[in-house]
Amino acid sequence: MRHTLAVLVENKYGVLTRVAGMFSRRGYNIDSLTVGVTDDPTMSRMTIVVRGDDEVLEQVTKQLNKLIDVIRVTDLKSEDSVERELALIKVNSDVTNRSEIMQIADIFRARIIDVASKSMVIEVTGDEGKINAIEQLLRPFGIKEMVRTGKVALKRGQKSS
Amino acid sequence: MTKATEKMTGARAFIECLYREGVDTIFGYPGGVLLPIYDELYDADIRHILVRHEQAAVHGAEGYARATGKTGVCIATSGPGATNLVTGIANAYMDSIPMVVFTGQVPSSLLGNDAFQEANITGITMPITKHNYLVQDANELPRIIKEAFHIASTGRPGPVLIDLPKDVTVQEIDFYYPDKVNLRGYNPTYHGNMQQIKKAAALIGKAKNPVIYAGGGVISSDASKELIELAEKVKAPVTTTLTGMGGFPVEHELFLGMPGMHGTKYANYAIQESDLLIAVGARFDDRVTGKLKAFASDAEIIHIDIDPAEISKNVKVDIPIVGDAKWILQKLLKYADPSQSEKWLDRIAHWKKTNPLHYVPPGTGDGIKPQYIIEQISEACKDAIIVTEVGQHQMWAAQYFKFSEPRTFITSGGLGTMGYGFPASIGAKIARPDRVVFDIAGDGSFQMNSQELATVVKEDVPVIVAIFNNGYLGMVRQWQELFHNRRYSATCIQDSVDFVKLAEAYGALGIRATKRDEVRPAIEQAIASGRPTVIDFVVECEENVSPMVPAGAAINEILDLERKE
Ligand SMILES: Cc1ncc(C[n+]2csc(CCOP(=O)(O)OP(=O)(O)O)c2C)c(N)n1
Ligand SMILES: [Mg+2]
Repeated sequence: MRHTLAVLVENKYGVLTRVAGMFSRRGYNIDSLTVGVTDDPTMSRMTIVVRGDDEVLEQVTKQLNKLIDVIRVTDLKSEDSVERELALIKVNSDVTNRSEIMQIADIFRARIIDVASKSMVIEVTGDEGKINAIEQLLRPFGIKEMVRTGKVALKRGQKSS
Repeated sequence: MTKATEKMTGARAFIECLYREGVDTIFGYPGGVLLPIYDELYDADIRHILVRHEQAAVHGAEGYARATGKTGVCIATSGPGATNLVTGIANAYMDSIPMVVFTGQVPSSLLGNDAFQEANITGITMPITKHNYLVQDANELPRIIKEAFHIASTGRPGPVLIDLPKDVTVQEIDFYYPDKVNLRGYNPTYHGNMQQIKKAAALIGKAKNPVIYAGGGVISSDASKELIELAEKVKAPVTTTLTGMGGFPVEHELFLGMPGMHGTKYANYAIQESDLLIAVGARFDDRVTGKLKAFASDAEIIHIDIDPAEISKNVKVDIPIVGDAKWILQKLLKYADPSQSEKWLDRIAHWKKTNPLHYVPPGTGDGIKPQYIIEQISEACKDAIIVTEVGQHQMWAAQYFKFSEPRTFITSGGLGTMGYGFPASIGAKIARPDRVVFDIAGDGSFQMNSQELATVVKEDVPVIVAIFNNGYLGMVRQWQELFHNRRYSATCIQDSVDFVKLAEAYGALGIRATKRDEVRPAIEQAIASGRPTVIDFVVECEENVSPMVPAGAAINEILDLERKE
C-alpha cells in the first residue's frame, strides 16, 4: 500500500536530513520525497510517498511527529486530494518522426520545450499514471534521459487542518 | 514590557544560561575550542568535575540525572572530545534520561573544511538525541539553551546536544534569557484521555488475573507512590523492568520481581497467564517479551505511555493511554474498582513459594557466591544507591538487592554499556552525597573506565566500587557455555591487574575479599572509611545467572541454570 504524507516542517537547516535519517534508520521505504517552502517562509512542506501497511503508516506518522522540527503530518487520501508530478523527457527524434511525437504530446497535453536536430524535450504534468503512460508511448522512439519530480499533493477544499 | 539586556560574550552567556537553569554541577573535559568557556568556568559558581575521559563526563551527567531527576549537563571539546561522548549520548537516549550535552566546535568559518579536530557531531548524533543544535549566531544561544533544557526534561525525556563553534563563544551579544519557549512542533501530551482512562478502569474492575508491568517511565514521571496505591487498591501484582526497579518496593507482597530473560519465574508465569496486562511507562523491550507472538497472548493490554510512538510498536495494545504516568495513575486510582484477583493472588503466592529466586550456596568450600555479596550489601546498607556496570553482576544486583525507593537503582538498560557504572556512580554520589553509593562492577566492565579512579580521588567522591571478579567476561562466557559448547573464545580475562594495587596507585582504598566470611567486613570497612574504595571480590568464576529464558523462547519457558556443587 502506498500513502502520501504532507509533512509541514520548520524551514531550518538539517530538517531534510532528520526526516530522511529517521526513515532509513527505522527501515521505512520512501518512494518519493519532495520539499519546498510554503506561503509562510518559516515553513517548508514535504510530500512523502511511503510504502507500507496501516501499521507502518501509523508508526511513520508518529515517528515523524516525534521530530521537534516537524510541525504537522497529514495523510493525504487520494480521493480527497489532488496530486501532480512533473516529468521532463528527452526523446530521440528527427524530421521523420517529429510530428508523430508531437501528436503524442498533444494527446497528453504535454509541451515541447526544446527541439534539437536529433532529440526533443517534452514536459508533462499529471498524476503518476499519466506520466507512466506517456513514457510507455515514447519509449519506442528511444528515451535518452528522463527526470521526474516526485509527487506533490494538496488536500481539496479547505486547508488541511 | 522592556527586555532586560546586558552585553557579554557567548561564553559568558553560556554560564548565565546555566545559572538560570539551576545547574550546579557540570562534567567535562577541556580543549582548544573550549578555552573561552573554560575561562568563564574558572570562577563560575558551578562545580566542574574534571573527568579523565569524556565518556565518563557523559555517563557522570547521566548518573547525576538519574539520582535526582534533574537534567544532567556535560561538555567536551570538538572532534575527538565530541566523538568520545557518543556512547553516553546513545545510552541516555535509549533509557530516556534528561541531559544537555555541550560540544565545542571549530570556528564557523572553518566548518565543512575538515579543519583540525572538526567532527560533524550534530550529524553523528542525530539518531541518538531527542534533538540537537549547531549554534550559528551567539544571539541565538540563550534561546537554544532554554529550548534544550525544556526539550530534554519534558515529554519523554532524552539527551539534547548543542554544538558551539568557537567564534560563537567570543561573539558579543545583548544577553536576554527568554522565560518561555515557542516550539510549534513540540507539544507533549500530559493529560490522558478520560474516556480511555474510564475504559481501562472498567477492564481492571472485571479482571481476574491482572498484572501491572511498570518500566522506567514510572521513575521519570515520579509515579512510584501512585503505582503502589493503585496496585494496592485494585489488588494487582506488579513486575518492574530493569529500568523500573525501585519504582515498587521489593519487599511489598504484591511485588513479582523483574520480568523477562533473567526475571523471576513467577513474574513471567504471571504475565503469560494474565487476562489483563497494565503496562506503565514500559516499552515491551525484547529482553522483557521474549518471543513476541507468545507474550501475554491471552491478556488484554492497557498501555500508559507519554510517547505515542511506543503504543503498539512491538505488541498490539487494546487500550492506549498517552500521557504522563503519574497523572494517569492518579485518575485510574479514582475510577478503578478492585479487580477479582483473590484466586489469582493465591496462585501467585504458590508460584513464589515453589519457584523462588535462588542459588546454591557453596557446600564445603568457603568461596564467594556473587549473589551473596548483593544480599550482604542490601542488608548492610538498605538505602544505598546501587549503580551497575553491564554483565552477570548487573543481573544479580537487579535480582537480589531489596530496593525500597525510586532513583536508587541506576543501570544501563537499553544500550547495555560496559563501563557505564563507575562514571555514573560518580554523578550519583555528587548528586546524593548523603547516600552510600555502590558501583556493582564486573572485572571486565570496570576496566573500561577505571581511569576515573583519578577523578574520585582528586574530587573526593567516595563511591565504593564492588568488583565481582570472576576472571571472565562472564555474561558472554555464560552464553558460550550454554550455546557454544563451552568454547570460551576471547572471554577469559583472568589476572588482568591487581585491583587493590590499582586503587592504591590512584590514592584510593583497596580491599580484597576471597572468602565468604570476608564479604561483610569488607563492605563495612568500605562504608566506614568514607573514602573512594575498590573492593576486589574474588568470586566463583563460572557461576551463571539464573533463571534464564533462552533467546527466541516464550518467557514462561524459563530454565534453572544453577550449578550444583
Ligand atoms: C561496551 C560493551 N562492549 C561489549 C559488551 C558485550 N558484553 C555484555 S556483558 C559482557 C561481559 C561483561 O564482563 P564483566 O564486566 O566482567 O561482567 P560479568 O558478566 O563477568 O559479571 C560483554 C563483553 C557490552 N555490553 N558493552
Ligand atoms: Mg567478569
